[in-house]
Amino acid sequence: MIELVSAEGCITCDKCIEVCPTNVFDRAADGLPVVSRQSDCQTCFQCEANCPADALFVAPQTHPLPEGSPEHDEEHLRRTGLLGSYRREIGWGRGRTPGASRAIGPALSPTGPPLIS
Amino acid sequence: MTLTADVLVAGGGPAATWAALKAAEEGASVVLADKGYCGTSGATASVGTGVWYVPPEEKAREAAMASREALGGHLADRRWMARVLDETYERVNELAEAGRYPFPTGPDGTPLRNGLQGPEYMRRQRIRVKRAGVTILDHSPVTELLTAADGSVAGAAGYRRQAGRSFEVRAGAVVLATGGCAFLSKAFGCNVNTGDGALLAAETGAELSGMEFSNAYGIAPEHTSVTKTAFYNYATFYRAGGEVLEGAASQGGRSVIARTLLSEKVFCKLDQADDAAQRAMRLAQPNFFLPFDRLGINPFTDPFSVTLLAEGTVRGTGGIRIVDDGCATTVPGLYAAGDAATRELICGGFTGGGSHNAAWAISSGSWAGRSAARFARAVGRGRQVSAAGGAGLRPTGTSANVDVVEVIRTVQAEVLPYDKNYLRHGDVLRTALKELDAAWDSVRSGLHAEGAGLVPARQAAAMVAHARWMYTSALARDESRGMARRLDRPGLDPAQHHRITSGGLDEVWARPEEVTA
Repeated sequence: MIELVSAEGCITCDKCIEVCPTNVFDRAADGLPVVSRQSDCQTCFQCEANCPADALFVAPQTHPLPEGSPEHDEEHLRRTGLLGSYRREIGWGRGRTPGASRAIGPALSPTGPPLIS
Repeated sequence: MTLTADVLVAGGGPAATWAALKAAEEGASVVLADKGYCGTSGATASVGTGVWYVPPEEKAREAAMASREALGGHLADRRWMARVLDETYERVNELAEAGRYPFPTGPDGTPLRNGLQGPEYMRRQRIRVKRAGVTILDHSPVTELLTAADGSVAGAAGYRRQAGRSFEVRAGAVVLATGGCAFLSKAFGCNVNTGDGALLAAETGAELSGMEFSNAYGIAPEHTSVTKTAFYNYATFYRAGGEVLEGAASQGGRSVIARTLLSEKVFCKLDQADDAAQRAMRLAQPNFFLPFDRLGINPFTDPFSVTLLAEGTVRGTGGIRIVDDGCATTVPGLYAAGDAATRELICGGFTGGGSHNAAWAISSGSWAGRSAARFARAVGRGRQVSAAGGAGLRPTGTSANVDVVEVIRTVQAEVLPYDKNYLRHGDVLRTALKELDAAWDSVRSGLHAEGAGLVPARQAAAMVAHARWMYTSALARDESRGMARRLDRPGLDPAQHHRITSGGLDEVWARPEEVTA
């Protein structure tokens, strides 16, 4: 679920509010996105993938994490390289190559084609 | 807000975007209304998918068509398979050329076009739809259809949940591309798929087909959403003590995992992947690794516990019944595409993955968009309309205190458990159906929602209706065929080589329909 919105990193572009398929965000009075409906989060990582500032973090757990979890610690997420890692992997962002163009996986059967998604 | 268009497309995933593109190409004015955001919403955008993309060579096509016929219980139709293979081949090439999708290139320089990464695919589809002049309404779930005096579909009404107001689109024809139903199981990207289209269709008298093929479950690391299953072909499954779980496998042994999960945890390691395969997997499916990287698990060496998440009719093959080559339903002016429609025509009663569903979304979307545009042109504008919605909108009894959250909990309790929906038994299905019928009666007679509350109320109603068509059809199939297996009817019965059509809301029915192929 969405666990972190970095007030420091956010450029208030509203992109996450716009793209979240289950509408978990609202825009707060200060312009920052606020997670109003975390229980509706489907853990699809789309907000993170679409955040141009790498200011969001989605934990893989489909339940909310307790307060004080390392996933709420921006410094920790930066240090471990997790913040912005999905966007990096799929090659979104200026100067990056779309991951789709490099997506050649293993074949699932000896005669089958390589898996590319 | 009231808009007028030739074609309204409900939904925002692959089928919806292909429908919108092709309707616009036919010269139609098009509105696309999605519950979420067209580009991120639905089972494909977050997940990615293989595509049934087979070059037009006789041998390859023959092998592709033959490969799953037995698995699907011989309910598919060769003519439909052939036309889906043709259409998919053309459209995927169009996506590469006009859509500039960056397909990878193999070592010999040939482009590899048998799969699509979801985020990249759907962001490009959104751009293409916008450039085609389609009006996109995001966060605008359709909540009911509008019909003309002759019963044909003439538009839809809905609620713009970010703008906080209702909307209406008067249209010559409507394409339902709202996805299947995964019952809010949190399977990857599927929580927008609550079977809304099937409810809308049934309220205008449309029929469904293959609803017994609705018990797909995807493997995910426990407590996560990532139901990408291809790489579990490299897995060994274990019990907590470390001994191998005999018979468990991603393909052909998933029910063993389900049965075991009823009483104990199941663990897994992708320990059959060598170094080269491991490196390649990361390139092919970066999203597969999100849970592992974020939980500090090396899936190739560390055992991790797994779960099975219900994918209902998203990965099952049941949906709205199609009656012609343009993906018309039994109701004039109403078309169905993608997972909202039945996929039996190309894969019968079993789909092992996204490949066929992706090809179906592309093909059925394109066909539905084109035919809807032609229908709209013929029917003209300015028809008198009336609203077709029932449950949650216009209660038949005195408005009572029906709790939507409680309704959802009730339906989930009947369709998510492995020992009810996956490992099916006639007696259990009959008991479940009684609960679901009671839930429907209470929703239909007492639930009255308005404004923003309409969206969850209609979702709840759609899920109850979906579950009833599923179990009624599962009981009508008094045998085991495709994925619709019954513990009390373990064998395939040659006398039941038919599809099962279903429908109805207050009175649900199911009956055999001969396969004409």
